Amino acid sequence: MKKKSTKTKILCRLLTATLVSGVVFAGAGKAYAGEENYTYVYDYWEDVQESPDAYTVSRVFDFNALGISGNLKSPESLYVKGDQVYLCDTGNNRILVLERSGSDELSFVQEIKTVKGAEPETFSGPADIAVDNDGNYYIADRENNRVVKADPDLNFIMQFTKPDDEAIGAEQAFKPDKIVCDTAGRIYCESAGINKGLLKFEEDGTFSGFVGATRVSYNFIDYIWKRLASQEQRAQMISFVPTEYDNVYMDKEGFIYAVSGGLKEEDLDAGTVDAVRKLNMMGTDILVRNGDYPVFGDLYWGGAGGISGPSYFKDVTVLDNDIYICLDQKRGRLFGYDDQGRMVYAFGGNGNQAGYFRNPVSIEHMGNDLLVLDQLDCTITLFIPTDYGSLIYQAMDQFDNGEYDEAQATWEEVKTLNGNYSLAYIGIGRSLYRKGEYEEAMKYFEAKYDDENYSRAYAQYRKQWIRENIIGIVVVILALFLVPLSIGRVYKIKEDIDNADIFKLSK
Amino acid sequence: MSKKYSKKESKEEKRARRAVNFDRYKKSLKFGFYCISHPLDGFWKLTHEHKGSMAAANTILILAIFTRIIKLKYTSFLFLQVYWEDINILLYIASILFPLALWVVGNWALTTLFDGKGRLGDVYMGTCYGMLPYPLIQLPLMIVSNFVTIEEGQFYSVLSVLSLVWCLILIVCGMGQIHAYSAGKTLLFTVASLFAVLVMIFLLMIFFSMVTQGVAYFISIGRELMYRM
Repeated sequence: MKKKSTKTKILCRLLTATLVSGVVFAGAGKAYAGEENYTYVYDYWEDVQESPDAYTVSRVFDFNALGISGNLKSPESLYVKGDQVYLCDTGNNRILVLERSGSDELSFVQEIKTVKGAEPETFSGPADIAVDNDGNYYIADRENNRVVKADPDLNFIMQFTKPDDEAIGAEQAFKPDKIVCDTAGRIYCESAGINKGLLKFEEDGTFSGFVGATRVSYNFIDYIWKRLASQEQRAQMISFVPTEYDNVYMDKEGFIYAVSGGLKEEDLDAGTVDAVRKLNMMGTDILVRNGDYPVFGDLYWGGAGGISGPSYFKDVTVLDNDIYICLDQKRGRLFGYDDQGRMVYAFGGNGNQAGYFRNPVSIEHMGNDLLVLDQLDCTITLFIPTDYGSLIYQAMDQFDNGEYDEAQATWEEVKTLNGNYSLAYIGIGRSLYRKGEYEEAMKYFEAKYDDENYSRAYAQYRKQWIRENIIGIVVVILALFLVPLSIGRVYKIKEDIDNADIFKLSK
Repeated sequence: MSKKYSKKESKEEKRARRAVNFDRYKKSLKFGFYCISHPLDGFWKLTHEHKGSMAAANTILILAIFTRIIKLKYTSFLFLQVYWEDINILLYIASILFPLALWVVGNWALTTLFDGKGRLGDVYMGTCYGMLPYPLIQLPLMIVSNFVTIEEGQFYSVLSVLSLVWCLILIVCGMGQIHAYSAGKTLLFTVASLFAVLVMIFLLMIFFSMVTQGVAYFISIGRELMYRM
């Protein structure tokens, strides 16, 4: 977090304010947009900046529109593979397969209710599904405490059950909530109540340990109390436990994005916990966090409408251009971040209109289109990018492909649509930097306080400047040395002349 | 016109007097450099041997305030990011003047009871002279900040802190020398003066909140009367 004012400034502010009017200003005032736009971003100063809509609702699908018999019952998860959308209708113990048949069409294909040869064949609370490249299904059958693997024709292949491992207590149930599978057929499973990380199963079903345990957070005072407490007292205290993940997503490169909601305000403030993590094969967090503020959704946690506290990230999806979009269940908002951890857009809200949610639980993407599942409304909302959103994606793609002229032009267009958009300025600056126009680039970076890029451009600019003006610099330095020396010499000669014998003689 | 110059002086006399005064001012200003490099000796001579002048003290103070303001605009954004919407220049000026006034009055009020040799003006002069390192370091630092990258900028924060620490040491040393205190007594009275400052802030807050409430009381009575009539 940035410090806008020094302590002395605040103190002085308090003092003078009391002197002048007897009214005490409360801390550093921050401009805050009371009326919120549908889409917004935060600027460098963490002020809310309204933004054009990056996404617009194409259509909202309920069970009628999808052509399904009978309403959905507390559906929990969406999964997209190619054109197929898998919808876990958890309450009805079935999985529905849908197909994107048109730009705003989702049509019903089949219903998965049983797996032939499994024991039992039916599901009980199927919470999540994953499909590998061979078309095999992995179904998290939560209440049956197993993950079922089935072939494309729904014949039972194998199942993953509670691992026989001392790290999981005997009383702890295996309730697979969320699963992802990688290209090698390994699965990573998030199980309700197990907070040591994701359970990793090899292809043959053996449990090979936990991946990516979250950091344990505790504050120092609690720690000291705990050290002082007796054994019995300690047992009564809350133990420092890591938080569970809420959801996982595997991107196209095989990195696992994991989100955890329900984090405590003070932990987020102190930066001891992460709402979003990107795990590599070793389970270490490699998420880039170069933004001006942490990746945890809303920066203001005010209690408007009876809702307070930080955003609750329930699900995440990663677009092909590495933009990841987190779903805030608490305020029904979607937060997009780029690969540097800078906010691209935020939109949504709680409500009954299209584009607003009551209890969103799952988000998936199909190309750049987004699908959001609302558990309470039992609907799927299909978002498609607007011109503004498409331009942002286009500019990022162009930059990644090395088309810097085009990227700059596209970012200029984005800037025309949204003059407050930091990413547009930084995007133009980065394009200019790549093209070698350092002085121009510096202006754009300075406008949005991007100190790292500015420094990089400035270092190049300075090098160039010195190379061009090296003669002048040498002349100035020489002059600085020679002028005082020669002045001294002139005085000395003058003195010599004044004291010369011939002049004395003439007197 | 004071008695000394009551008789009409000629133009030459006037010019000569001005030249002498200006010379004294220049000397006293230059003495500031001696003070910051020789705190103990310097601050002793400042008041006890009348090497300093009020004019020079005011100059240094104005220079410090000027530095504090100009810094906002001309420091590179790498080191100082300014939220312009929130800037009040009067508050910035007050941020130096107000603590200064509290310190000077608080310190004088205490030390005058505990055989401090300095008068109110002496404390003010000493404190102002002690602030000299602030513009002296901050102004060049501000210029240099525009010619470095953030990786090379480590020295900025070090020098910035150094300028403040130097000022603090000078003000404490100066206070001790002005009142002819021993080292222990100096430290004791530094802490005591800070407490005096807190007490003054407390009293001011009470005073002003009472005044506002009192005024509000009469305003509401007046308003009530106007409604009734």
